[in-house]
Amino acid sequence: MLQNTFKDLRTTIIAFAAFTVLLGLAYPAAITGIAQVVFPGHADGSLVTRDGEVVGSALVGQNFSGAQYFHPRPSAAGADGYDAGASSGSNLGPSSQALADRVAADVARIREEEGLPADAEIPVDAVTASASGLDPHISPAYADLQVARVARERGLSEDVVRDLVQKYTDGSTLWLLGEPRVNVLKLNLALDEM
Amino acid sequence: MTIFGVLHILLFFFVVLALTKPLGAYMHAVFEGEGILSKKVFGPVERVIFRVFFVDAKVEMDWKRYALSMIMFSAVSMLAVYTILRAQGDLPLNPQDLPGTTPHLAFNTAASFTSNTNWQSYGGETTMSYFSQMVALTVQNFVSAAVGIAVVLVLIRGFTRKSTSDLGNFWVDLTRCTLWILLPMSSILALLLVSQGVIQNFDSYKEITTVEGAKQIFAMGPAASQIAIKQLGTNGGGFFNANSAVPFENPTPFSNFLEAVSIILIPAGLTYTFGKMVGSTRQGWAVFAAMSVIFLAGTFFVYNAEQTGNPTLDDLGVSQSYETGDLASSGGNMEGKEIRFGIADSAIWAVSTTGASNGSVNSMHDSYTPLGGLIPMFNMHLGEVVFGGVGSGLYGMLVFAIISVFIAGLMIGRTPEYLGKKIGPKEMKLAGIYFLTTSAMMLLLTAVAVSVDQGKVGPLNAGAHGYSEILYAFTSAGANNGSAFGGLTANTEFYNTALGISMLVCRFVPMIAILALAGALANKQKVPTTAGTLPTDSPLFVGFLVGVVIIVGGLTFFPALTLGPIVEHFLVNAGILS
Repeated sequence: MLQNTFKDLRTTIIAFAAFTVLLGLAYPAAITGIAQVVFPGHADGSLVTRDGEVVGSALVGQNFSGAQYFHPRPSAAGADGYDAGASSGSNLGPSSQALADRVAADVARIREEEGLPADAEIPVDAVTASASGLDPHISPAYADLQVARVARERGLSEDVVRDLVQKYTDGSTLWLLGEPRVNVLKLNLALDEM
Repeated sequence: MTIFGVLHILLFFFVVLALTKPLGAYMHAVFEGEGILSKKVFGPVERVIFRVFFVDAKVEMDWKRYALSMIMFSAVSMLAVYTILRAQGDLPLNPQDLPGTTPHLAFNTAASFTSNTNWQSYGGETTMSYFSQMVALTVQNFVSAAVGIAVVLVLIRGFTRKSTSDLGNFWVDLTRCTLWILLPMSSILALLLVSQGVIQNFDSYKEITTVEGAKQIFAMGPAASQIAIKQLGTNGGGFFNANSAVPFENPTPFSNFLEAVSIILIPAGLTYTFGKMVGSTRQGWAVFAAMSVIFLAGTFFVYNAEQTGNPTLDDLGVSQSYETGDLASSGGNMEGKEIRFGIADSAIWAVSTTGASNGSVNSMHDSYTPLGGLIPMFNMHLGEVVFGGVGSGLYGMLVFAIISVFIAGLMIGRTPEYLGKKIGPKEMKLAGIYFLTTSAMMLLLTAVAVSVDQGKVGPLNAGAHGYSEILYAFTSAGANNGSAFGGLTANTEFYNTALGISMLVCRFVPMIAILALAGALANKQKVPTTAGTLPTDSPLFVGFLVGVVIIVGGLTFFPALTLGPIVEHFLVNAGILS
């Protein structure tokens, strides 16, 4: 019995060392090597450049507050939101007074910014913080709410802006997976290009 | 509920169903060393490995030696993780110069990853170097999963063998499971995830200037290789703080579908492997059916609760209705959810991850409606048997099956038997230890935490929801799940220590009970099937099994849940906030 235990202890140490080298070093290194060759842009964060400068990632949201831009959802990542080095949701529960206060304030702000009547209903994603705090998307409903303001600020017709929104709207994958969504960064970059 | 959401949930389920048999058959061939692949490819490689390991693959172990090997391996694992995390500041692959962690965080994380829980008191991108993520954590993602599968193999052998104490060789089971199942599946999944945009690099964090001129820092790292195994091995520990909600960890609806299927793929496949091993795939499908009933019921319940939304927001001028077309909107309770996933994808994930002891999240459970957040907790209270952890889900469900035949036996006045083995007092005692350990740890530690100051300072939210955050934490640790009501500040000496101890006790005490149970069963003779034998592969038994699972879980935890989500449900609907 005791002899077996010593044997198994020796195997424990050898096996653990071998698995550590294989799974902790060789496996991630091999995946990195293949990924960097086959999908280099993806593996490095799908970065988006403008005039040679990286201005963001196609997958990650960023703050937009200027009136000429489409605005993203509220974010709880980092102190100022959209901190891609500190992902986080708000973690406020459904019965939280703090959540209700924040939503009420955001509803009032959006109604004012978009020049909406005082009883206008705001799409839920516009006033809720995402799980990661880095959601790159808004719903088509919230984008539509912002079309009039953006068009006015840029001196464009609403139809032109609306067409652009449609262009940067992704539908559900295979009709079922995920939800229709508008990529805010790509849309705003396209607006700046016009 | 919408037709798209319902179809989506059914699509998810049928994809898992379709993969169960091929994967289960493959795993059976690997474990038994059968088939062309095993004989021609795996066998020769294994012979070399076992020589290096000083293992004679032909020598089988009794349950005690098997348990001791498993404990020694886990102890060495834990020690290694602890050491690496403490010494992180002096180790390579640390471009952000992150310092070594505190002793209590290193203990908690070592306990967490060794026990296949992957509870995270830390935020990945702000705490862990690439070296720690890979060498400490990714390794445990693999081997702790393999340990779980090894233990269920032993239990199955306990049923199939007779009058023996030989139950297999721990090293053989561990190696085969890691090399021929987890590693190839993870490699494929990792590359598929990179194709969708999951990052995989060793760069330092990238600082960029946004369109409006602000500074934004992107955390980088070898994420895909770890995310693949954290999904497949029911581990769940995210590379980043917000886990699979973070775009770099889960960028598209398709990556989400792959990751979600991966949560329950191996646990589902193991039911078929079990059926093959006991010589009747109907027995495996019966277990699969019982799991599926609870899974689908839970998913539709959560989906409905979340799609209905938060009544408080209705009164604030927020539209939570589902819309399609040019003004499409997911509607529902979107606090803590990503648009690309919407409500249905989030609900599927929440139920899969808590039913399956995974613990990764693509939405923040803390912000779910009271009833939507109740089901994830309830899933864990059931003992992680709704597909469950890799290995641990199946052995948990088999213990429920034993309890079911025992109760049924009492009702009809027959000696209970399952798969040809008589269930006696010893087996029932071990089944009792299995369940009472986790239930007692969850409830007692919650009671302690809500009583002492160090515990009471933890919750972010006030009132009933704050209590739910604490209950969820100890439920998650006890169930070896790892998901959280994330508002709880858990990176404190009190929570790290209490949760760490809970994870270890609730992993290894039940595991040893299972191995002892296997030893007791293997020692017995087989009893022949007669007309009086209770069939355990019939729809009637499946229904009975589901009832036992729900009642045992429900009765034990109903009072605790009443104080949290159920009270909160009534408060929210009465408009009372805190």
